Amino acid sequence: MSTVAVPLRGSYLEAGFSLWSWLSTVDHKRIAILYALSITAFFFVGGVAATLIRLELVTPAGDLVSAETYNKLFTMHGVIMVWFFLIPSIPSTLGNFLVPLMIGARDLAFPRLNLASWYLYVAGGLFTVGALIAGGVDTGWTFYTPFSTMFSNTHVIAAVIGVFIVGFSSILTGINFIVTIHKMRAPGMTLFRLPLFIWSMYATGIIFVLATPVLAMTLFLITVERLFGVGVFDPALGGDPLLFQHLFWFYSHPAVYVMILPAMGVASEIIPCYSRNNIFAYRSMAFAVLAIAIIGFLVWGHHMFVSGQSIYAGMVFSILSFLVAVPSAIKVFNWTATLYKGSISFDAPMLYALGFVGLFTVGGMTGLFLASLALDVHLHDTYFVIAHFHYIMVGGAVMAFLGAVHFWWPKITGRMYSDRWARFAAIVVFVGFNLTFFPQFLLGYLGMPRRYHEYPPEFQVLNVLSSAGASVLAVGYLLPLCYLLWSLKYGARAGSNPWRATGLEWQTPSPPPVENFVSIPEVTEPPYAYREKDRSDG
Amino acid sequence: MWNFPLHPDRASSLALHVDILLYAWLALAGVVTVAVLFLIVWFAVKYRHGSGANRALPPDAALRRRNHRIEAAWIVTPLLLFMVMFGWAAVLYYAHAAAPANATEIYVVGKQWMWKLEHVGGQREIDELHVPVGRPVKLIMTSQDVIHSFFMPVFRIKQDVLPGRYTMLWFTATKPGDYHLFCSQYCGTEHAQMIGHVVVMEPAAFERWLESGNASQSMAQEGAARFRQYGCSGCHGPSASVHAPKLEGLFGRRVQLADGTSTIADERYIHDSVMLPRKDVVAGYEPIMPSFQGQIAEDDLLDIVEYIKSLQDALPLEGK
Repeated sequence: MSTVAVPLRGSYLEAGFSLWSWLSTVDHKRIAILYALSITAFFFVGGVAATLIRLELVTPAGDLVSAETYNKLFTMHGVIMVWFFLIPSIPSTLGNFLVPLMIGARDLAFPRLNLASWYLYVAGGLFTVGALIAGGVDTGWTFYTPFSTMFSNTHVIAAVIGVFIVGFSSILTGINFIVTIHKMRAPGMTLFRLPLFIWSMYATGIIFVLATPVLAMTLFLITVERLFGVGVFDPALGGDPLLFQHLFWFYSHPAVYVMILPAMGVASEIIPCYSRNNIFAYRSMAFAVLAIAIIGFLVWGHHMFVSGQSIYAGMVFSILSFLVAVPSAIKVFNWTATLYKGSISFDAPMLYALGFVGLFTVGGMTGLFLASLALDVHLHDTYFVIAHFHYIMVGGAVMAFLGAVHFWWPKITGRMYSDRWARFAAIVVFVGFNLTFFPQFLLGYLGMPRRYHEYPPEFQVLNVLSSAGASVLAVGYLLPLCYLLWSLKYGARAGSNPWRATGLEWQTPSPPPVENFVSIPEVTEPPYAYREKDRSDG
Repeated sequence: MWNFPLHPDRASSLALHVDILLYAWLALAGVVTVAVLFLIVWFAVKYRHGSGANRALPPDAALRRRNHRIEAAWIVTPLLLFMVMFGWAAVLYYAHAAAPANATEIYVVGKQWMWKLEHVGGQREIDELHVPVGRPVKLIMTSQDVIHSFFMPVFRIKQDVLPGRYTMLWFTATKPGDYHLFCSQYCGTEHAQMIGHVVVMEPAAFERWLESGNASQSMAQEGAARFRQYGCSGCHGPSASVHAPKLEGLFGRRVQLADGTSTIADERYIHDSVMLPRKDVVAGYEPIMPSFQGQIAEDDLLDIVEYIKSLQDALPLEGK
């Protein structure tokens, strides 16, 4: 299929220019833009907190901010990055934009529900920002009891309400994705012709719907104990503090998969495209996504090996955590095998995707260190854990998010960005990331506990390296903001399919018309048929 | 600050075992990661766009067969390796789950933001733990307020310390020295100051330290005084007129409860009987004991526990 230059007239971007036309839109593509703007704002707020944390840790003494401020900073960093950036990042922006386009539908199943989910997100965000302006919260993003319910003197309730509300936005998005993927596929789009990105959105939707209500319950119980002194978690009131940890991680471990499954979906779209190769083992990729989503519900207790949980429970959670790693390993091998006998080019999205595979591999393997019972006893609650989950959530999820933004930017905006700058930024992010987080593995093994405002002097060298890396990483994150915004005005017109990609979203103009497709396409071949496509294109 | 170690000191019998497990993981993860990266780079160079590499694939049926074999290989191989690593780590964990019976007991109370420790002989320490080389030591720990975690990197162990519950940690120190003690569970404003020292001493030096200590009386003697001070002896003492369970010979025994179940009278049982007396009511007694929640500090209660333990070998004055 040749790329056709299409005038912007009639695109979803031109459906209305007033603020109200945006705030009242029910077009999934416009809602995706609303989400993209809001999560970007939150990303930089969370990033400011991270910057201050890394600055404080340059010296062993607690000299830049007070202990209280430091505790509020890492809480704010965690709460914002987890609930207001990472969880909604790929699903609510690219998922919202792409799910209907990729399956050949004109919108999501429930467009108004989709807009409601964005408003809930904003309302939750306002509560949280309110808590921050009012003076902050110092519980850590994990809200462990009885500290959060009976001992903290900060604005726990406002922050908890914010997270409670934003949870409903996840639930609505999840319902929308599940129903849309089941009921609104174009003719010929069978389950095993779905792009893997859609499989990952489906699995994410299931987790949203099943896990988030448990978080809501748990936060409600925190509120009840804190406000009314009803004993649920505080042993002084007859409660059980481990009950909180079980409930919290029953949500929050699957929530990690909400961050990584969409990232896997993105890599599965980008790697075949720039390898000009059919994805290796499509079906096992799809089943791996479902397996991760399902087994992911059964591993929460690996956060609690040293909590006082029974040692036999620890063993069950340990073996399940090893099992959930198998489908992840399969995916890594399959992406690698997709390169074999391909015709590979290294545009920016591909650099991000390959970076994702490498960093996710390190993050996944170190996760197994932590699933190993005797080893976790030493490494738990140290910087090793911090490094591990940043390799998954930043090295994995954020790299993939940036890859996705670069891959679908021409589709979303109709413009091309500077590939040279974009490749440069991808390399800066990769180098900065490793410099920031690799030293933290060593710090953790040496014994530095997490959430320490000051630390013994022998840990300084590694902390300085980490902070230096963080400043490189900050540059890497600011660069795309510049050249992507620049491209909106000065970028070349993209055409409908600048990457010669398969997939229905590339068969409609960029940016897509309000109705997505002039006429609903009919699907006649499996996804990622790059070899066949290149043969017929000549 | 410019010379940092590549591993923390190894000062317990467990430390080397944990490190060997870690090194095995490093080797395995290293091989897998390097292999994946090598393949990515190799394919990326060999099959770069425009290279003259042969890209022809075998015919469909043969390709499918070959791919299925490859897939099966990389499902089964990681699974088997993972099970080996799971088993290794689980066995090591299980072997160190229970303290040996002859372990020296030391009591620990965590509170915002300090560690209070007490030896059976009555020696008290704050943010410092003195232990001898070569003798198993068992820490019996609880918290006065929020959750803390007792972490000694040189021993490669940690355990969360919870309010309203006793948790246990044990080790055999192997190398004299002065090491870090950290609180590793975030516990509020001064969390990073809830740190201290573990001082490992030669046995003779440790004995001297114990004798030179600040103990005027043992924990059990201290506990006996508390037992009278809080009025426990009024009901549980030999001359009591109230019908209350006798405590001589109680510790470690199985106790029949009013609800038909039974429980072992361990530290937790005694703690809960004082703080939450309605929880485990002994069969045959009225639930008339008042709760001491909020009236008795956890470290005083530990003295009482130790006192009741010291009555373990005394004959019950009446009853079964």
